[in-house]
Amino acid sequence: MSELVLKNGIVYDPINNVNGEKMDILVKDGKIVEKLNGNAKTIDCSGKIVMPGGIEIHSHMAGGKVNGGRLFQPEDHVRFAMPKTKVTRSGTGFSTPTTFLTGYLYSKMGYTTGMTAAMPPLMARHTHEELKDIPMIDKGAYCLTDGNWFIMKYLKNGEIEKCAAYVSWLLKATKGYVVKITNPCGTEAWGWGKNCRSLDDPAPYFDITPRELVKGLVEVNEILKLPHSVHLHANNCGRLGNFVTTLETFKVPNGTKPAAKRQIMHATHIQFHSYGGDTWHNFESKADEIAKAVNSNKNIVIDTGTVTLDHTTTMTADGPLEYYLQSLTHLKWMNRNVEMETSPGITPFIYSRKMPTASIQWAIGLELSLLIKDPWQVLMTTDHPNAGPFIRYPRIIAWLMSRKYREETASKVHKVIYDRSTIDGIDREYSFYDIAIVTRAGEAKALGLSDRKGHLGVGADADIAVYDINPSEIDPSRDYKEIEKKFSSAAYTIKDGEILVKNGEIVQTRYGRTLWVNSKVDGELEKEVMKDIEYNFKRYYSVNLANYPVREEVLTRSTEVTRSASV
Amino acid sequence: MATITDVICPFCGTLCDDIEVVVNGSKIESARHACKIGNSKFLSINDIPRPIKPLIRENGASREASIDEAIAKAAEILSNSKRALLFGWSSTSCEATAVGIEIAEEIGGLIDGTTTVCHGPTVMAVQYVGLPSVTLGEIKNRADLVIYWGANPMHAHPRHLSRYSIFPRGYFRERGQQDRELIVVDVRKTDTAKIANHFIQVEFGKDYELLSALRMIVNGGELEEEEVAGVPKEKIIELADKMMNCQFGILFFGMGLTMSPGKHRNIDNAISLVKNLNRHTKFSIMPMRGHWNVTGFGEVMTWQTGYPFAVDFSRGYARYNPGETSANDVLQREEVDAVLVVASDPVAHFPRKSVAHLARVPMITIAPHHSLTTELSEIFIPSSMVGIEEEGTAYRMDTVPLFTRKVIDPPQGVLSDVEILKRILEKIREMR
Ligand code: SF4
Ligand SMILES: [Zn+2]
Repeated sequence: MSELVLKNGIVYDPINNVNGEKMDILVKDGKIVEKLNGNAKTIDCSGKIVMPGGIEIHSHMAGGKVNGGRLFQPEDHVRFAMPKTKVTRSGTGFSTPTTFLTGYLYSKMGYTTGMTAAMPPLMARHTHEELKDIPMIDKGAYCLTDGNWFIMKYLKNGEIEKCAAYVSWLLKATKGYVVKITNPCGTEAWGWGKNCRSLDDPAPYFDITPRELVKGLVEVNEILKLPHSVHLHANNCGRLGNFVTTLETFKVPNGTKPAAKRQIMHATHIQFHSYGGDTWHNFESKADEIAKAVNSNKNIVIDTGTVTLDHTTTMTADGPLEYYLQSLTHLKWMNRNVEMETSPGITPFIYSRKMPTASIQWAIGLELSLLIKDPWQVLMTTDHPNAGPFIRYPRIIAWLMSRKYREETASKVHKVIYDRSTIDGIDREYSFYDIAIVTRAGEAKALGLSDRKGHLGVGADADIAVYDINPSEIDPSRDYKEIEKKFSSAAYTIKDGEILVKNGEIVQTRYGRTLWVNSKVDGELEKEVMKDIEYNFKRYYSVNLANYPVREEVLTRSTEVTRSASV
Repeated sequence: MATITDVICPFCGTLCDDIEVVVNGSKIESARHACKIGNSKFLSINDIPRPIKPLIRENGASREASIDEAIAKAAEILSNSKRALLFGWSSTSCEATAVGIEIAEEIGGLIDGTTTVCHGPTVMAVQYVGLPSVTLGEIKNRADLVIYWGANPMHAHPRHLSRYSIFPRGYFRERGQQDRELIVVDVRKTDTAKIANHFIQVEFGKDYELLSALRMIVNGGELEEEEVAGVPKEKIIELADKMMNCQFGILFFGMGLTMSPGKHRNIDNAISLVKNLNRHTKFSIMPMRGHWNVTGFGEVMTWQTGYPFAVDFSRGYARYNPGETSANDVLQREEVDAVLVVASDPVAHFPRKSVAHLARVPMITIAPHHSLTTELSEIFIPSSMVGIEEEGTAYRMDTVPLFTRKVIDPPQGVLSDVEILKRILEKIREMR
């Protein structure tokens, strides 16, 4: 393998407390090293920013629901197409890009790792088949556990250890990386066309509340000592007045200690959960309340789900939400309850600048980023493609770095934002260091990946982004268009020590690793739980148990992260 | 003798995954649990004679050829073509389809599947209104009202009723059939209709009217006609009531709805009815996809190209415009100058005008057995049977993915679709 020297770059590496220092980064055999033998290829990075490769912590980029979104929107695919080149496959799609294209687009922005946010276990093979066709980045999948009959029953019966053993098996069977909870209990209620509208509103028949389910899964997650915390899409997503539920949800894990040096809960796309008002006429931002709660709770990390004011697609495992959205918009609607597990839905959505609601939603995403003081607690996402497509990340970066840019956009959206959000009064502007935290370092830490990713210290994967920005010459506050442009098109994207992108163009393609957790629990406990699994498969699933687990062969460069549980 | 369990039946979209295949040397003795048609698919590998050697037709006569020669010649035809059509795919693995897409992209050709002649209208309706659906296990566990409309699973999907819809005991339907009601809507009393609690006979070509009448009632309107589509008013009201008052309803529809006059407008109306029903209760809809992996073809096409069928790569990226870029349209406009058929028999199923053009252009067919299409082909490359002699991914009609198993070796010298296609692609790349 090749050796590389990134010479004289201006390095932002928050995990190692490097804040804009001029230094060299040395690469050998795909890793960052201390010294080289001398015949390395040199890349002149003087006057350029060097950061760890970007990490996507929440994006719906692969799987059945994503493909449903592609399938029923040919119009989305006419909007953007990239022809085949000597090195790349062709692709289409604006808010639901095809698989190859997804990898290329992330890579062009300097991203080197990405997590797909919602994998129904029964559909795991589909998710992995698509991940297999996403080149350029390392990847992983979040395993949905919200309406799972085994989990609900174990927790209802107080059998926390069995529940942990089941989740451990589920992660292995589906090759999942994270315990994901979407609309806890609500996705089971949706099996009957119903929903759970508060933390104490139980799932029909199973008689367990969202509060109990979330609390139980937080405990399970820590018993299993998983790299990431639970990843929660809370109840009442997208609903009026939902900030109350969100604040209450933040408190649910209280009393449980994280098993690793990280948060106890990752609460996702909080923009969709920071709403006040009880009609669409008095709809308002409660981002300030949410920010206050996060500022006083070091155990929570959120991602924003920032609205980018685009015509996009919403897709979540939150079936009742998607039904609700289509009842407001009367646009087409896809639904797919997955037996014994969860209930995804999909509907297109237009965030129009002229609409008060969309304008306030836009403000909320940015308010969260700016009002939460510690950037390690507020990671940048668009909940792709729900609040907007991920290709808008450079624009969000520019908004965060420039008050002027925010003012300019604010002047083009509905003026209701001046009354019903605080966006206009916020002076804060992100530094490059802050940007490096909310787009890579923070993600790596939150995901439990910081031993190898999200930083440029010796021993880390040589996943590096170089941007043609000279911090001593540019004023991001004024030159925001330039910031947006340069973050859209990396000067170099280096993955495992190989140059994949140069001057925003893909020069070679590679397939990344697929990360999954090989969770180990006590053998006897696992055997006992297997009996339950076998019993229920025979009776209630529509596939045989033997045909359920995903085989490792589907995964590109399968990379297991082993964790031994405390049971 | 060896018994292999949890085998997936590669015949229809029901994709049963509980087959136990008994293998005796190079023969399959039996396929337990499979229905009659599934069973005969497994046993078909015992058929003698099975084509082994590729055939090349020159000057009106067929001769045997080596696999290398057949692949080289196929690659030459495709590489020299200006507008090739790659057709079939519903009876092979997703892995094979993926290579097919890569070939189409490489040569700037067209790729289309049998969807174009079966559930194409369904896909187009879904692109208008969406599709509120569920997985089949949801139906088994929850459904108390099951409707088959223009579908006759007793013949086309024999185990559909026993595995997923009517007969199985489910979590919330412990007594199985007794806890459910079956309604069949069709133009004639099919065998499925004979076991139904209610049979509603709709006049041929009048499904759209009946669906509209139901929607009117479901949406709170008043039906003025005494009879719609040959069904008396009271019966329509009764049906609408049942739909609105069930706990969990499912409407399965088949070719009786997609291929009768009205086509995608019928499906559009059926989906809209189900959407409307969700204001009253939980209701879902599902197309009864026929070939075992026709769903998988659509899935791979969609994630790789953005479109589920009828894709044209002539501009270097995927374009989709059914009616313009679909197989029968390009054939009938005589635009195509070469055809690759994989795991399908278009000569037997396409309209005469399309077949006439198939006969005019060089055609390459990859399939396990002889067919009318292989007869008409310049090059016929026999392949192994996916799901029996090769493993590979398939998607059930409800989009649940399953990895089909290999239970027996293919005849010596016979390669898989994937292998053959990969070698053709490699050769094409060498020629460029
Ligand atoms: S119902 Fe279909 S999949 Fe099942 S055994 Fe019969 S032919 Fe095979
Ligand atoms: Zn999401």
